[in-house]
Amino acid sequence: MNFYNRRKALKLGTSALALLSAANPAVALVKITVSGGDFTPLPIAIPDFASSDAAFGKELSDIVRFNLNRSGLFRIIDPDSLPLKIGNISQAPDFPKWQASGADALVMGEVEKNINVQGSVRVWDTQAAEQIVGKSYSTDANNYRRIGHQISDAIYQSLTGEGGYFDSKIVFVAESGPKANRTKRLAIMDYDGANLQYITSGKYAALTPRYSNDARFITYINLADGRPQIFIIDLITGRQQSLGNFGQMTFSPRFSPDGKTILFSVEQGGTTNLYSMLIGTNRPKQLTSGAAIDTGGSYSPDGTKIVFESDRGGSQQLYIMSANGGGAQRISFGKGSYSTPVWSPKGDLIAYTKQSEGQFHIGTMKPDGSRERVLASSFHMEGPSWAPNGRVIMFFSDPGGNDGPSLYTIDIWGRNMQRISTPTFASDPAWSPLLS
Amino acid sequence: MSLSNLIVKLFKGMAIIGLLLFVAACARTPTNNPEGSGAPGSQQEFLVTIGDRVFFETDSSVITKTGQETLDRQAAWLNRYPNYKIIIEGHADERGTREYNIALGARRAAAVVNYLISRGVSANRISSKSYGKERPVAVCNNMSCWSQNRRAVTVIQ
Repeated sequence: MNFYNRRKALKLGTSALALLSAANPAVALVKITVSGGDFTPLPIAIPDFASSDAAFGKELSDIVRFNLNRSGLFRIIDPDSLPLKIGNISQAPDFPKWQASGADALVMGEVEKNINVQGSVRVWDTQAAEQIVGKSYSTDANNYRRIGHQISDAIYQSLTGEGGYFDSKIVFVAESGPKANRTKRLAIMDYDGANLQYITSGKYAALTPRYSNDARFITYINLADGRPQIFIIDLITGRQQSLGNFGQMTFSPRFSPDGKTILFSVEQGGTTNLYSMLIGTNRPKQLTSGAAIDTGGSYSPDGTKIVFESDRGGSQQLYIMSANGGGAQRISFGKGSYSTPVWSPKGDLIAYTKQSEGQFHIGTMKPDGSRERVLASSFHMEGPSWAPNGRVIMFFSDPGGNDGPSLYTIDIWGRNMQRISTPTFASDPAWSPLLS
Repeated sequence: MSLSNLIVKLFKGMAIIGLLLFVAACARTPTNNPEGSGAPGSQQEFLVTIGDRVFFETDSSVITKTGQETLDRQAAWLNRYPNYKIIIEGHADERGTREYNIALGARRAAAVVNYLISRGVSANRISSKSYGKERPVAVCNNMSCWSQNRRAVTVIQ
């Protein structure tokens, strides 16, 4: 198989698998499989990036190698076995040598760190002997790892045909202390766990954070004294404001895709309904009514619909309604209960938490409820959040007892589950949009 | 007996002892405390003699028969000592998702509020809260322990 076709196969794999494999995994996988019932990661050569500071060049190329390897779609060829130890972006590669090294794709980079960090990268198709990507980047020196993520996104995008997700942030709940009296504070970090920063003090439990569409704002709830309240933090000014008090408790806040509206839940007298409010107006609009618990809403990417969980039928199930309320249709019909639905940024899937037979599961289904697919199961896991490209899901899993939760990622094909390293227990991850 | 069997037995023994210790710790709810009943009309009396909490079945906010008995005692006591205000704190166990459990805790608290009102306690003496699953009293990996956490606690002010 020549490289061009393999590249096509990888592209086909990432899109076609999603459509076909849920219905019939064996048939779908065969088309792109070389062996082993799984698609073969694309072999890619990434020599250390050229730099006047060799250690810096190596550090940035390590970030790129780590990202691509972690995605599960690439196989990084051992840098020591490559024809060149340090990349050279100023001349065309000696393609036969790179073909002989087993690489289908080759990445050459150059980075320099001054007041800013500058980076240039070229990605080559070694079989077709042609350049696929040529790009240059510049960023603040304090934030130099971003260049590594941006380069990774460019490579991922050109070779898979999907958007990238490496240049992104995660907001989550950092948990520490004994379970019965645990400190829960919000923290932000790069998608890979680097550059961790706490953004609430931990005096009060802060839960269920979500990013706005421009990654400038975070909304979350503060469980100060058992009466949850919604807050919005401006990450640039550091200021935060309360959304306001409606009913006894307000919780489960989510930004609309345009960032202008907050969807949330209001509890009054034991019943919980969904509301939305244009930020700054103080005029909430009631979207659901009745004695059920309606919560955990999530907008479709075009902002016209909302998927939410409700126990109106006796157990927690997923429903879709108009973003203005009304016309709710149940979409989950499998065995068990369903909660925390999140609409993929691509619009093609809804991820959720499912409970059945004493276990928790993370799964996906199409917005019409078809092609339900469980991706991961354990004693306790919940809170899925989509990567900006809609092809990876982050969630948290907790072994129970006095132990605590950790963050994990898994791809939408149910492969490549990996833990994200955090200094404390961690829950409620929410992925930011792509930053660039 | 082989060494591995011995080790298994040892572990089982330890696990059972651990469990017993744990259940003992979990069972340390004020209703079961025979001592220190406190002066009539004191918060201590309410905690120890009347019982400050009711428990729920999994994913339910229905007041059980035992719960009704506890709340009947609470209502009688509160009607006798009308100066106290109370807060009902609803809680859920860890076998549910975070946001649903906040709503479920609120629904349990509301069930208790409504029951006490139906027994003559004035609505303006009562407020309610929910901590969802964020404040467990018992921590372990089995049902006896989760059942301790599915609770509504009446806090005297």
